[in-house]
Amino acid sequence: MIRSLILLLIGAALVNNVVLSQFLGICPFLGVSKKTDTAVGMGTAVIFVVTVAAAVAYPIHTFILVPLGLDYMDTLVFIAVIAALVQLVEMILKKFIPALYKALGVYLPLITTNCCVLGVALTNVQDGNNFVQSVVYALGTSIGFCISIVLMSGIREKIEENDIPHVLKGSPILLITAGLMAIAFCGFAGLI
Amino acid sequence: MNKCTERLYNGLIKENPTLVLMLGMCPTLAVTTSAINGLGMGLSTTAVLVMSNLMISALRKIIPDKVRMPSFIVIVASFVTIVDLLIQGYLPALNKSLGIYIPLIVVNCIILGRAEAYASKNPVLPSIFDGIGMGLGFTCALTIIGLVREIHGAGTAFGFKIMPAAYEPFSIFVMAPGAFFVLAILTAIQNKLKLRSATNGDAPAAAEPLACGGNCAECVGNVCTANRGLLEQIAEEEAAKKADAKASAKKAFPEISESAAAANGQQEGGNK
Repeated sequence: MIRSLILLLIGAALVNNVVLSQFLGICPFLGVSKKTDTAVGMGTAVIFVVTVAAAVAYPIHTFILVPLGLDYMDTLVFIAVIAALVQLVEMILKKFIPALYKALGVYLPLITTNCCVLGVALTNVQDGNNFVQSVVYALGTSIGFCISIVLMSGIREKIEENDIPHVLKGSPILLITAGLMAIAFCGFAGLI
Repeated sequence: MNKCTERLYNGLIKENPTLVLMLGMCPTLAVTTSAINGLGMGLSTTAVLVMSNLMISALRKIIPDKVRMPSFIVIVASFVTIVDLLIQGYLPALNKSLGIYIPLIVVNCIILGRAEAYASKNPVLPSIFDGIGMGLGFTCALTIIGLVREIHGAGTAFGFKIMPAAYEPFSIFVMAPGAFFVLAILTAIQNKLKLRSATNGDAPAAAEPLACGGNCAECVGNVCTANRGLLEQIAEEEAAKKADAKASAKKAFPEISESAAAANGQQEGGNK
């Protein structure tokens, strides 16, 4: 049981990396990876929100939507719940844990439209994961996001000082870097 | 009617959502493993975009300003669910290959961006044409990227074999890294030709407001995060300048007395 959960975690974090092989959350991956500090902030906020969202989405799907025969409303309900949840988390953090709010606050509203939050919630439903599996899968996926965005920001800080050909300045060099990282992550495919 | 054709041109070429605005990167990279997939994704997004633009434009005077984003999201999500169910029912093959990316049309920045920037401010007919233009621009870009990846990676186009039998396909083009490389080459060409693009090094478009509305400070799309940071920085600098100006205005008195003292000192020095 525990072994399969660990495999699920590693599989979600490394083998099927959410950014580099599933292409969810590309926008923040390219947009917020300029500095390592902000990348760490964004990564942590995503871990937090994705895991909480998966934990909330599971009971809503299993105990409300399925008994009522409304499971085709998953997309609509999940996006509304995620938007509300992000607002709620923001208010709770602001009130009770100001230090954490200061660190994550700016990133929280941006996460509402991050496709990896909704993607994880929907994948959990599609795969028929139970509660524990859902949370572990969400945790693994978001750790994978955090790993890749922090790595990316580290590389970008190095690239910044290099002499890049004019043609590749801006997004081309960024996308090539991401492509090379994706090749490297292909190496994890034999892990499980 | 002229306005409608202008919207079509704008969406297809001038402000193409994928190639110029760099919006909706997730589906662009994820589903373009073949031209058919790109076409299917593009057309489903177009359908959602046209319907949501129509609905939002029709309701633009009813929806209160404060709750407009949640209302837009609910409207978009409803249409995505309809399209999702239709594809599941009538195109099971496409449903299988696009999988989770169909429900994820909800969080595609293009749709919310158009709702916020255009449909919520303009009458119904231009909004519909705006949706068609943007949707077709997205479809064309996705199909072209899909075609390039499919020809190189599998030697086929729209499923038909077009490369000679001796051609050894580069399978990396249809794998995940290939998506990044094809898009990198595409943006590099744009850079080289100095075409308008939201993300290139020189960013000639920065001077003009972009079709996503350009109001990065209030945008909900993640793509604007970088721009938003920049805007906040500029705003902070301006605030700092204002504060400086105020501070110096306050200091005006001591400064005058200081300069007077200095002048006195000089005079004294001159007298000596």
